[in-house]
Amino acid sequence: MIRAVIVMNTQGKPRLLKFYEFQPPEKQQELTRSVFAVLSGRPDNVSNFVEADAIFGPVIFSSLLFVSFVAEITKKKKQEEFKEGTRLVYKHLATLYFVFVFDSCENELAMLDLIQVLVETLDRCFKNVCELDIVFNFNKIYNNQMKTTVFMYVELGSSYVQMHTILDEIIFGGQVLETSSERVLKAVEEISRLEKSSSSVSFVPKSVSGRFGR
Amino acid sequence: MEQLKTIGRELAMGSQGGGWTGQSKEFLDLVKSIGEARSKAEEDRIILREIESLRRRIAEPDVPRRRMKEYIIRLVYAEMLGHDASFGYIHAVKMTHDDSLSLKRTGYLAVTLFLSDDHDLIILIVNTIQKDLRSDNYLIVCAALTAACKLINEETIPAVLPQVVDLLAHPKEAVRKKAVMALHRFYQRSPASVSHLISNFRKRLCDNDPGVMGATLCPLFDLITADVNSYKDLVISFVSILKQVAERRLPKAYDYHQMAAPFIQIKLLKILALLGSGDKQASGHIYNVLGDIFRKCESSSNIGNAVLYECICCVSSIYPNAKLLDAAAESTSKLIKINPDVAEEHQLAVIDCLEDPDDTLKRKTFELLYKMTKSTNVEVIVDRMIDYMISINDNHYKTEIASRCVELAEQFAPSNQWFIQTMNKVFEHAGDLVNVRVAHNLMRLIAEGFGEDDEGADSQLRSSAVNSYLRILGEPKLPSLFLQVICWVLGEYGTADGKYSASYIIGKLCDVTEAHLCNDTVKAYAISAIMKICAFEIAAGRKVEMLPECQSLIDELSASHSTDLQQRAYELQALLCLHSQAVESVIPLDASCEDIEVDRNLSFLDSFVQQSIEKGARPYIPEIERSGMFSVSNYTSQHQHETSSHTLRFEAYELPKPSPTPAAPQISVSTRTTDLVPVPETTYYTENNQASKLQPVLDASSADHGIKLHLVGVQKKWGRPTYSASSSTTSSSEKKTNGVTHLDGVSLQSQGTLYDSKGQQSEKQKLAASLFGASAGKTEKKPTSTQRAPKANTATAERPGVARAVSPEISKQKAASSPPPDLLDLGEPISTTTPTIDPFEQLEGLIGPTPGPSTLDNSVTTSEQKAPDLMALYTDTPPSSSSSISSGLGDLHSADKNSPMAKNVPSIKKGPNPQDSLQKDATARHVGVTPTGNNPNLFRDLLG
Repeated sequence: MIRAVIVMNTQGKPRLLKFYEFQPPEKQQELTRSVFAVLSGRPDNVSNFVEADAIFGPVIFSSLLFVSFVAEITKKKKQEEFKEGTRLVYKHLATLYFVFVFDSCENELAMLDLIQVLVETLDRCFKNVCELDIVFNFNKIYNNQMKTTVFMYVELGSSYVQMHTILDEIIFGGQVLETSSERVLKAVEEISRLEKSSSSVSFVPKSVSGRFGR
Repeated sequence: MEQLKTIGRELAMGSQGGGWTGQSKEFLDLVKSIGEARSKAEEDRIILREIESLRRRIAEPDVPRRRMKEYIIRLVYAEMLGHDASFGYIHAVKMTHDDSLSLKRTGYLAVTLFLSDDHDLIILIVNTIQKDLRSDNYLIVCAALTAACKLINEETIPAVLPQVVDLLAHPKEAVRKKAVMALHRFYQRSPASVSHLISNFRKRLCDNDPGVMGATLCPLFDLITADVNSYKDLVISFVSILKQVAERRLPKAYDYHQMAAPFIQIKLLKILALLGSGDKQASGHIYNVLGDIFRKCESSSNIGNAVLYECICCVSSIYPNAKLLDAAAESTSKLIKINPDVAEEHQLAVIDCLEDPDDTLKRKTFELLYKMTKSTNVEVIVDRMIDYMISINDNHYKTEIASRCVELAEQFAPSNQWFIQTMNKVFEHAGDLVNVRVAHNLMRLIAEGFGEDDEGADSQLRSSAVNSYLRILGEPKLPSLFLQVICWVLGEYGTADGKYSASYIIGKLCDVTEAHLCNDTVKAYAISAIMKICAFEIAAGRKVEMLPECQSLIDELSASHSTDLQQRAYELQALLCLHSQAVESVIPLDASCEDIEVDRNLSFLDSFVQQSIEKGARPYIPEIERSGMFSVSNYTSQHQHETSSHTLRFEAYELPKPSPTPAAPQISVSTRTTDLVPVPETTYYTENNQASKLQPVLDASSADHGIKLHLVGVQKKWGRPTYSASSSTTSSSEKKTNGVTHLDGVSLQSQGTLYDSKGQQSEKQKLAASLFGASAGKTEKKPTSTQRAPKANTATAERPGVARAVSPEISKQKAASSPPPDLLDLGEPISTTTPTIDPFEQLEGLIGPTPGPSTLDNSVTTSEQKAPDLMALYTDTPPSSSSSISSGLGDLHSADKNSPMAKNVPSIKKGPNPQDSLQKDATARHVGVTPTGNNPNLFRDLLG
């Protein structure tokens, strides 16, 4: 299964964290940092696959041990984890790292392409993959175009939620749910349309909602 | 300009996806300032400030819902940046209760990111999830499923399970898909709680929507991993799905980089690999579709390689199919073709591992090397292995490495020269750990050369071997097995190329015996070698000058405690007195590889037997009868014996009393007269059976012998302590080997030490091998070993390869038998019988009646053991060696009666040519062994 999806920029700032096994915030930060430490040290010409047992292996579950009543389950899982090789695959696009962390049940190359699916979907959703970069790194835009920053921020807020939506369409509970970016896009558009219509009913003047509804 | 454009697009999109508009200025400022933060500390400061303000604001009463949504998103953001936002969790939970889709979704997103499945607040959400799962709005249902998947734990599964199951039939495929996944998640959490619903996955596999079908593969993959057998019936369905996918029957939306639904293909291939592994029938269904995919796969794209890779994995795990394996191998090798450096890198890694200080790593590496050895790299690898072998102290591992070296060297040796050098090294450093068989193989190789016509190369090989051995003999300490090889080679070929004088070699051999005082086996080899050299010298018409040390050695050995050594010494002395022609036929030059054919029935002795009987000799009494008295001690064997005797013989024979002593000399005479011939025969058989176990029947009886011998306590009488120790073992397999050993030791003294040491050694080796699986590799490689066949089998096609190894011994045997023989000859015939024993029969014997042969053998041995007193018995009824072999022939028994006196000379053949054997026979007679009743006198003369 897929254990986590991490999107961060080249300075190691997380842009999106999604762990399919619960991690407390501190742990999430720690994992993100260690993943970044690994990735930042890798030159461009080496493979995109990294053995991540040291980062995600047994450590992950020791953090759960503080919860006594799940200790049993944890132990069971822990044993499973020990024998499974956790790997991470990443893609470096502009200033962003897209990182998938997964266990031995998944095909590594397929995971690499799943990142591609995600990126393509985001690309289609946000019209241009470069914009992804812009969306997250609004500095440049802010500096260049004071005027538009407002919209960029808006977009940041919305894109953050929308990215989660997209990711939820592709990966569900750690399993690959949908691999066709077209269908993901369709689903996401439908969600936003319905959300819009429902929210417009409650918050937006009718005339506006009518326009959006179209 | 470019940026302006993108911003313009951004703007357009912002208005298009305007559902999220309306964040406050503060949030924008926050995001902006974080984006501008130059350091982690600055960022932390900003977030902390933000959290403080949120904490204050969020607790205010009557926060507008849209504002609350923004706060929640800000909290999520803050938490993503690593700050605690737990104070807001409860508000996120509240937000999930909201009716608005947008707010509800935000709420669900927040709780799935905030809470773990054992958080206290979960209980507040379960109810909402339950309600939302029944919602009419499928998006709400989806959101609830997503949350359920993340938040529902083992205890709360029952609360939502019925709704989730209902959703499996939801009209929207997005919902069905997510329901399947949620169910899968529940299964992962607690397999027991959903085990009754597993059939639903099978149903969903047939869903109209490929997305749902694809999603179903995930749980099925897990289920199949856990329990392959209950899903074998799905193989055909999976195959047909895969076929359709590969044929692009899925909607275009699933195409990815010109591949048809690669992710689904990969998942299916993974599943098929599980289902097909070790199952021929299931694999049979898979082959076709796999072949199709192989053909369609293009490795130009990344995803194409992913599918190809999965195909290869699948091919390698299902029941092997040659065609597909070929295809797999080909596509794998493509990788290397694309970039040979890829492979090189790994080669270097292997080399690094070899130098690694970690022992485990080294061993693993050697295992790898062992597997990848070819004739091209054998030299390097074996050199490495030997170096490593020298450096370690662990005897067990040393043994393993040594045997591997030997195996590789035998299989891939580029030249005989190299082979011999390698073997020298192995013997030198791990001599006592090497299987005796290896030593015999080496001797064989030296004796036979490459089996080609090129005699020059062979003799060159031999002289180089002799040279290296003479050099090595200078070493202070050598393993006895190696010494045995050295002695044998020096004896056989030491003087062959004329480079070294006989006396030089003999001197060296004497040194060996002096240096290894306590090792009888080496001594036996050495004295045999001396004997051979002397024989060659005599045959060549030269006078043999006995070196003083050699003479003293002979004197010492003739007084040895070991009857074997004693006999050899006497044989040597006797040989020295014979004239050259006789010697030449006794020990022909370089005849160790000659074939010897044996007339087992001894039919040519019939007339002699008849003659003897007419002269009043006692008729032969079969072993069964004789054994009756002696096998009392062993209940089982007694029992066996009785039953078997019933089956074989219907009329009782009188139990023979030990006959008068005068007969004793006669035997020895007879043996002597018979000359060399009988001995080779026996040895040949023993060896043959012992080593190759070709005739299972033979083994069992040997095992019986082992027991009996032990019980009678023969060992003491014969003064070979080794046997008594080994005979105590009880397990049947061990018995078998022991039996053989015993026999060798006790009864085969003339041929003696060679065999018994070998038996013991091989027993050890076998044990080691079976314990540690050292021999496992061997079997795999068996087929390849035939490559070396020319050496081993060219001439010997008709008989087992092992026999050849033995053949050198035969010549020795011949030599041994010629000098005044004695009681020992009795033993030899027995030895022939011993091998006829079979472990299975032995077992059978314990349960019920045993077949004749084994009992026969028993009787023989037992009587043999008693030999000293029973000698008389045998005077007339000499060793029935051949009888047991050819048991079942009625007349045999009468023929055997006289066999000892009769010239036991079964026609020995050197080479396949029958004429040769006849000639041999003739020479043997000519040499002065005319079998007559008067032989006793001859014997006395000799002894006198």
